Amino acid sequence: MAELRLMKGNEAIAEAAIRCGCDGYFGYPITPQSEVLETLMARMPWDETGMVVLQAESELAAINMVYGGAGCGKKVMTSSSSPGISLKQEGITYIAGAELPCLVVNVVRGGPGLGTIQPAQSDYFQAVKGGGHGDYKLIVLAPASVQEMYDFVDLGFELAFKYRNPAMILSDGVIGQMMEKVQLGDYKPRLTNEEIIKRYGSWATTGKTADRKRNIITSLDLDAGSQEKFNIKLQNKYKEIQDKEVRFEKIACDDAEYLLVAYGSSSRVCQKAIDIARGKGIKVGLLRPITLFPYPSKAIQELLPQLKGILSVEMSAGQMVEDVRLAVNGKVNVEHFGRMGGVIPTPNEVVEALEEKFIKA
Amino acid sequence: MDVKDIIKEENLVYSKSKVLTDNIMHYCPGCTHGVVHKIIAEVIEEMGIQDKTIAVSPVGCSVLAYNYLDIDWQEAAHGRAPAIATAISRLHPEKYVFTYQGDGDLASIGTAEIMHACNRGENITVIFINNAIYGMTGGQMAPTTLEGMKTATTPYGRRVDLNGYPLKITELIAQLPGTCYVTRQSGHTPAAVRKLKKAITKAFENTGKNKGTSFIEVVSTCNSGWKMPPVKANEWMVENMFPFYPLGDMKDE
Ligand SMILES: Cc1ncc(C[n+]2csc(CCOP(=O)(O)OP(=O)(O)O)c2C)c(N)n1
Repeated sequence: MAELRLMKGNEAIAEAAIRCGCDGYFGYPITPQSEVLETLMARMPWDETGMVVLQAESELAAINMVYGGAGCGKKVMTSSSSPGISLKQEGITYIAGAELPCLVVNVVRGGPGLGTIQPAQSDYFQAVKGGGHGDYKLIVLAPASVQEMYDFVDLGFELAFKYRNPAMILSDGVIGQMMEKVQLGDYKPRLTNEEIIKRYGSWATTGKTADRKRNIITSLDLDAGSQEKFNIKLQNKYKEIQDKEVRFEKIACDDAEYLLVAYGSSSRVCQKAIDIARGKGIKVGLLRPITLFPYPSKAIQELLPQLKGILSVEMSAGQMVEDVRLAVNGKVNVEHFGRMGGVIPTPNEVVEALEEKFIKA
Repeated sequence: MDVKDIIKEENLVYSKSKVLTDNIMHYCPGCTHGVVHKIIAEVIEEMGIQDKTIAVSPVGCSVLAYNYLDIDWQEAAHGRAPAIATAISRLHPEKYVFTYQGDGDLASIGTAEIMHACNRGENITVIFINNAIYGMTGGQMAPTTLEGMKTATTPYGRRVDLNGYPLKITELIAQLPGTCYVTRQSGHTPAAVRKLKKAITKAFENTGKNKGTSFIEVVSTCNSGWKMPPVKANEWMVENMFPFYPLGDMKDE
């Protein structure tokens, strides 16, 4: 029986973690995502499923705990908001370099610096272009509802383990804080050490037994030649992810002459904007990327023949718009509309921007 | 040729621990890291816990320690080994988890991680190699560098007005209720090696008994960083390091 519950986005992350068989969560308080750790501490999953939950001394420590747990082959995660995610970048690049699966949740707030505690989408570059040092990528999922906050925990882990790569849920203060109805899934049991080895192979540090060589989790290689080979392997993995894991949603695109591209809470604003614009006779549709890496470039390209213009709507100075332009490659005019610093655009503002940039121009 | 071809079985009085690999160590002659690796390997073999031990190596000269001990390892970012060990130990409570860290790693960039892991009483062993210098990066000042000591970044000697005081972090760690065993040892004589081995054995036994954090500082030499031949470095350590970092147990509960 599907269980329905009214809950906050952040609470949905916590509940999903417990139910999908997560082994460990390590976090540090920061607004607007503290409810993840608070909910877990109140739920006491260590009694229920044996899941470890720990308030770390810093985001640096938390992400390194994730490294340690992931290196054991366990399903481990952390969550934070922008300033904390910046601190986690060190650990994230080491995790990518050691090819460890894990889940990182960013409930984005306005920046730069300490910024605001209101929602923003200004960490897009950091999430999809690497974030830390070196050539690496995260698998980035962008939920647009509390249900997706819940669903993407399990999906994030699934993809992370499939590709032995860190996955990120790139959310924002709206999705983290708002309450919506959520359909909860059944409990998946946590895997035993034997099941982990059976399912994913025996690369993790589980104690060196006589029947295998020692397992070493590291991102270090002092030889430039073999480090380049490793980098090529990583790039091939990212290409495979790009080929196989793109996810997106199209709304009212069939007859659309103009396209809005927006993810997360901006896409919710855009849905309303479409209604208003269509009321005025403007044929506009929405493409909502669900995966930000891999980006749905092909889906945008396929729509180009019917389009007169594309508006990328983001709560940032214009970050995702660069990926839209890369996909479009000059074939159609691409513009950006956004608000910054924690301000959420209204649907009317989006329609005005569309009219100003394309229809009146 | 095998050892057996050269020395008859009955004449063999010593052999390398099976937990040590055959890889040639990259350490400088006289470096304390090699001595401590050997002792850890012997303790693991004697306790029969090779399949239950997971180590976390640091950034520093011992960054490649995983090449030398035949156990599962995780290589940490600079200073973060205690956070990594925290998760390993909590997710594998039945395992013997230890970190192996230098003074720059543990007492400078990783101060927060070591303090909090010890204060939480994580059930791990910490092996802290204090050679009073950053060996790997070419001999710069460490938090533990003695006053007046010359390094690449204190070319005229460490000045406390400029660089602050050498940090006795082990004394701080001993104050934390999460630690059950805190000791300072060395490895420069056969007697010191025997004592160090006892200390490491006790620490691992504490982990087996789930007693909290055991912390062993090893006052060490760095010949190339100190720019001294091995024998001279040992003498210098006895004369200068031991008075400031006195050996012995600080806590044994
Ligand atoms: C974040 C970061 N900063 C700096 C370095 C460069 N680095 C490598 S080893 C090291 C110092 C290590 O000194 P110590 O911990 O005393 O160990 P030793 O080499 O003496 O054994 C430094 C600063 C690094 N690898 N990562």
